[in-house]
Amino acid sequence: MRDVAVVGAGMTNFVRRALETPKELSYEATKNALDSCGLQLDDIESIAHGSAPDAFDGIHQKGEYLADGCGGFNKPTMRVYVGGATGVHSLIHGWYHVASGHFDTCVVVCEEKMSSAMPHAQAFFKTIFDHTTERPLDPTLLWIFAMEMKRYMETYGYTKEDMAIVAEKNKNQGIKHPASQFDTEVTVEDVLNSEVMAYPVNRLDVSPVSDGAVAVVLASDRVARQITDQPVWVEGVGWNLDTAYWATRDLYYPRYCEKAAWMAYDMAGIRNPIEDIDIAEPYDPFDYKALHHMEGLQLSPKGKTVDLLKDGYFDQDGEIAMCPSGGLMGVGNPIAAAGTMKIAELFWQLRGEAGERQVPGSPKLGVAQAWGDLMQVSSVVVMGN
Amino acid sequence: MNKKVAIIGVGYSKFGSTTPDVSYREMIYEAATRCYEDAGGIHPTEVDAFVASSEDFMEGVSIADEYVPDQLGAVLKPVQSITGDGLQGLASAMMQIQTGQLDLVVTSAFSKASNVQQKENVMSYACDPLTVRPLDENPNFIAGLEMNRFLEETGNTREQCAKVVAKNKANALSNPYASYGANIDAKDVLNSPALFEPINRLDSSEDLDGAIVFLLASEEKALELCENPVWVKGISWATDTPNLDSRNEGLGSAVYARLAAQKAYEQAGIKYPRKELSLAEIDDTFSYKELQHIEALKLCSPGESGDLLEQGVFSKNGDLPVNVSGGNLGVGHMHEANGFQKLLEVVLQLRNEAGKRQIEGANTGLAFAWRNIPTATGVVTILSNDRY
Repeated sequence: MRDVAVVGAGMTNFVRRALETPKELSYEATKNALDSCGLQLDDIESIAHGSAPDAFDGIHQKGEYLADGCGGFNKPTMRVYVGGATGVHSLIHGWYHVASGHFDTCVVVCEEKMSSAMPHAQAFFKTIFDHTTERPLDPTLLWIFAMEMKRYMETYGYTKEDMAIVAEKNKNQGIKHPASQFDTEVTVEDVLNSEVMAYPVNRLDVSPVSDGAVAVVLASDRVARQITDQPVWVEGVGWNLDTAYWATRDLYYPRYCEKAAWMAYDMAGIRNPIEDIDIAEPYDPFDYKALHHMEGLQLSPKGKTVDLLKDGYFDQDGEIAMCPSGGLMGVGNPIAAAGTMKIAELFWQLRGEAGERQVPGSPKLGVAQAWGDLMQVSSVVVMGN
Repeated sequence: MNKKVAIIGVGYSKFGSTTPDVSYREMIYEAATRCYEDAGGIHPTEVDAFVASSEDFMEGVSIADEYVPDQLGAVLKPVQSITGDGLQGLASAMMQIQTGQLDLVVTSAFSKASNVQQKENVMSYACDPLTVRPLDENPNFIAGLEMNRFLEETGNTREQCAKVVAKNKANALSNPYASYGANIDAKDVLNSPALFEPINRLDSSEDLDGAIVFLLASEEKALELCENPVWVKGISWATDTPNLDSRNEGLGSAVYARLAAQKAYEQAGIKYPRKELSLAEIDDTFSYKELQHIEALKLCSPGESGDLLEQGVFSKNGDLPVNVSGGNLGVGHMHEANGFQKLLEVVLQLRNEAGKRQIEGANTGLAFAWRNIPTATGVVTILSNDRY
């Protein structure tokens, strides 16, 4: 196995309605990432591309359609696909492009333009349900997440206020992110008073619908050292998919996340994640999900997560900084791109380039995680400097 | 040097032009079960990871990857999907093994085309929404343009394309898993109804349902578990621009095939493909595509493919049999599983299990997949039953 480093990162602003087309968003992110490490497209040997449902763009085989936007013409280009977990999984995909010895350099680019979905992206998610057992009930994604949130809260006696603390923390942290689509402070009260979407999910418990793209540049050990003095190494990768029958799972705990995390930790030689990890970027499309995933990532004992959160354990200057980027709640949620945003955040944090969001004390090791499908998939990447 | 990888198991479901008795999940289950048996009774819990190839719109769901794990026995396992031809999924699985992180990876692809009532409507959704889709045409008109351009540039003829159809449909007659075998000649093709000038109905392949599953192993595992591993010696893929009007070399050339082939030959150490390959299974979604791909894959010089075809070079008993399985024209068109049908044939041939169509002494084969109109991606795989 060859060592693989992230040597550059770039992203577009996350916004509610981008003027740019999906191809242009991909182009901008790719260009920013290449510029950040002084490379050109000619220096890149392969492209790993990620984007979630084709329905958002209304384009069949959209990987092919978007290929030229991300620089993937006349090159080996492959689109990988694990629903919402795609953003982090694409990095894993790019990692084995390089770690396998096939390529020395690879651009990983993820894009999502959700505003094209009219009237709302949620309508498009209705097509992810099983056509026989679920779709006739006319469910929305929010329903099943509401069930999961309720089950999680019930199991440990957490309250809606507890969950809202995450929304407050991440949204306010996101204001420090230059690409964030928010600039307004939010309080727990605001979250609790926002409109009920599907009990117990209120509007501000949910991340926004966003457009955006993020790209990172990967290089093999030898090439990385020629490009930069500060490579950030991919130390471990893991991914896992649970059964398609979500009704047969116990929703209080993400087993798929635990398995993906251990796959990555084992590879990184991490025995005690709580001790070793400095920064965690769990996927937080809903506020409860950040806590749910911290438990799955083995970064918080089951049922103790709210206590630790209240004690400041997960603050920017806490023991494990949770979502110093602001996460999906704070920066925005262009599905696949949101996961790659977390990878980019680790890259900047571990190089000490995260500005106002910088985690103090020279962090050494970070973990990024994404999640999706029918609450069933996780991808996990451990990065270190 | 990259780590060595072998195919140690293969399974496929019953193929058919319609399969109303099984769901796609049942079809994949059937193929997967046979694959595990074929590999000497592997249990899916022993497999390290799974890769599936699928596309949302064809399956009628969004985020189709979420429906992968159950039928493969892959629940709570590392599973991912590639939105590409099965051979791209194979490349992905292979790279996973070559990192040294994993030893056994299963990869699957399937077609349930009979569920799609108007395939062309789905395909037109793959066309550029501003420049092509508003033309509101069956997207296969692009194939007509390509064919015209290819014949014009190379001097190959309409009749030679028709002979491709006759050859492949005849080959399919000795293939029990082929659905569209027939004894016809070039005249029948030329007299069949016109679809997209100059493509006639018989120049175009018909849809087929089926699922195919392969088990890949690292060198150590392959030698431990398998007596007849088939080694993947080279794999490469490339994409041309999706914009029809800005392809570097126009519509006549299959640039994606040439780029992919160059690298795959290099990996496999092949200098003279026509001499060194025992057989080639290459995309023939349309009759002209076989000739165009033969030339792009450097199996002959530009403009030479039609003449060599007439001389029998690509026939079953020729120097380099092409699509001895029957290809897409004879077996059927399997969408994301097209590349896997090619791979299946090469694997069976290299294992000496191809029955009536067995090529004596086959030891190196090429499988090539193209992703159909309007895409411009090709994948080349080189396999051999000799160890590296």
